[in-house]
Amino acid sequence: MAALDAVETAAPARRRHGLGVVFWTAVLWLALVFALALLADLLPLADPARQALLARRVPPGAAHLLGTDALGRDILARVIYGARASLGIGLLAPLIATLIGATLGMLAGYFRGAIEILTIGATDVLLAFPPLVLALAIVAYLGQSVPNVIAVLAVLTVPAVTRVARAATLVLRERDFVTAAQALGASPARVLLREILPNVMLPLGAYFLLLVAVIIVAESILSFLGLGVPPPAPSWGSMIAEGRDSLDVAPHIAFIPAGIMFLTVLAFNLVGDTLRAITDPRHAP
Amino acid sequence: MSPQPLLAIEDLSVELATERGPLRAVSGVNLSLAPSRSLGIVGESGSGKTMLSRAVLRLLPANAKVTGAARFEGRDLFLLPREALRRLRGRELAVVFQDPMTSLNPVLSVGGQIAEALREHLGLGPRAAMARAVALLAEVGIPEPERRARQYPHQLSGGMRQRVAIAIALSCEPRLLIADEPTTALDVTVQAQILDLLARERQMRQMAMILITHDLGIVAGRTDEVAVMYAGRIVERAPTRALFKEMRSPYAEALMAAIPKLRAAPHTRLAAIGGAPPDPTRLPRGCAFSPRCRYARERCRAEAPALAGETGDHAYACWFPLPDQSEA
Repeated sequence: MAALDAVETAAPARRRHGLGVVFWTAVLWLALVFALALLADLLPLADPARQALLARRVPPGAAHLLGTDALGRDILARVIYGARASLGIGLLAPLIATLIGATLGMLAGYFRGAIEILTIGATDVLLAFPPLVLALAIVAYLGQSVPNVIAVLAVLTVPAVTRVARAATLVLRERDFVTAAQALGASPARVLLREILPNVMLPLGAYFLLLVAVIIVAESILSFLGLGVPPPAPSWGSMIAEGRDSLDVAPHIAFIPAGIMFLTVLAFNLVGDTLRAITDPRHAP
Repeated sequence: MSPQPLLAIEDLSVELATERGPLRAVSGVNLSLAPSRSLGIVGESGSGKTMLSRAVLRLLPANAKVTGAARFEGRDLFLLPREALRRLRGRELAVVFQDPMTSLNPVLSVGGQIAEALREHLGLGPRAAMARAVALLAEVGIPEPERRARQYPHQLSGGMRQRVAIAIALSCEPRLLIADEPTTALDVTVQAQILDLLARERQMRQMAMILITHDLGIVAGRTDEVAVMYAGRIVERAPTRALFKEMRSPYAEALMAAIPKLRAAPHTRLAAIGGAPPDPTRLPRGCAFSPRCRYARERCRAEAPALAGETGDHAYACWFPLPDQSEA
C-alpha cells in the first residue's frame, strides 16, 4: 500500500519538473550523433574505406577505439560516416514525405469531395503493397543510389503522413475558429495556411520524428539486403550485413553498428513520443 | 417604414436533411433591420435562431437547403458569387460566436488574429495592421494591449477572449454585427461588461447589430427591437419597450415568466414552461407551441397562425393573443 502511494505521488511530481531525464538523455544522444556525423571530416578519424589486411577483426582497443572489421577498416570511422548516410536518408525521406503528405492530406480533408476520394484511394493502393518488397523492386529497377533510396522511402511514407494530415484537418475544419475565419471573409487558401496548417504542424512534427526512426531502420534493412547505400560508403545496415560472416569470431563488427542504431532509433522514438504527448489536444491547456 | 433596410430577410426557410427526415430549422421568417438599429432574437435552444444567423452568413452545413432571400443593402446574399461574399464577410458583415474558447485559433497570437482581418480586407501592411490590432485591443478594454497582443488565446480569460473576438469582428468597421449568444459561455459577472461593450461600440460606430440569445433579460434595454422565435418561426416581434410592456403571444409570456424574479419570496417555485420543444422533424400541424400552451384551443391544434398584428410594429403569431392591456 505504501509503495502504491509513493508511486502515485511520484508521477505527477516528476511531470512538473519538465520532460524528464530520459527525454533529455535521448536528446543528448541525438545531438552527439548529429554533431559527430556533421563534423566527421574535421575529426581525427581514420579513412573509413581504407583497408588494412594485417589488422583485420581487431577488437576494440587503443589503436582502434571500436576495433576493425573483416577488411581491417576502422569501425569508429565507419560508424560515424555511416551515421551520415543513415541520418541523411532518415531525415530527408520523412521530410519529403511530410511535405507531400501534408499538402495532400490537408487539401483532401478541407475540400473533401473528389480530391479526397482520389487522394485516399491512391494512398490505399500504395498501402496495400508490401512496402519492403516494393522498395526492393524499385531500387533494383532504378539503380542503387542514395537519391533513389531516399525517393523510394519517401514515396512509401507519403500515405501515412497523408492520413495523419487528413484526419487532423477533418477535425480542425469543423472547429469554431475555422468557421469564424470563414465568417470574416478568409479565402480557402488563407484558412488552410493560417488557421489549419499551424494546428496540423504539431501532430505532424511529432509524427515526423517517429518516421525518422522507422526510416533509419528501413534504410538499414535495404542496406543489409545490399540495395541501400552503394558500397564502399558505409551505412549502419551494410555494416551489420558485413559483420554477419564474422559473428562467431568477432561479434563486435555487427553489434557496434547495431547497438548505435538501436540507441538512435530509440532516442528518436522517445523524443517523438514525448512531443506527441505534449501536443496531444487532450492534454493541451 | 424606413427607406431601405440594411438587412431584409424574406420568407427564409432552412431545411436540414437528417437521418430521420427533413428537419425544418427555420421556416418562413421575415425580418428587416434598418441601418444602425439593433435587433434581439430570443428563443430556446433549437428554436432556429442560430440557424437563421448562419443562413444569413451562408455558413450552413452542406446538408442544409435554404429558400427565400436575405438582402444586405439590396444584394441577395444567397445569389452573391463566392468571391463577392468573401469580401462582404468580415468587411461589412461581421460575427461574434458563442464560445470564445473555441472561436480563436489556439496557435496564433491574438494580435496576429486581429491583424489577419485587417490585412485581408483593408490591405494594411503587417506593421500597420499590428498597430491597429493593438489599438483595437485597447478599445475593447483590454489592459496592456501591446503585451496581450503577443499572447495566445489560452493565456487569456474567457471574458478577455470574447473581447478579442469582438475586436476581430469590429476590426474592419462592419455595417452589421451578428452576435450569436456572445455571453452564454461566460461568467455572469463578465456578461454585463461584454454586453455593455457591444452596445457602446454599436452606438459609436453607428453599426447595426443582431443579438441572438436565449435570455430575454439580455435584450431588455439593449436592443431596439425583439423577435421571439419558437420552432423555427417568429412568434412575436415588437419594439423592445412595447414587447416588455405587453406580450401578446403566450410563448413570449411564458418565457418572461420563466425568468426568476428577484422580488419573489425565497423558495418560490421557478416557473418553467411545461413539456419540451417539439421534435423539429415532426412538427405539429397547427401552432407549434399549442401542445405546451395553456391557452390552446381547437383552432390552435388545427391551423398554424401567421405573423400579423393590428398595430404597425407589434406583430405576433397567435389565434388568441393575450389581451392588449394598454387599451383596456
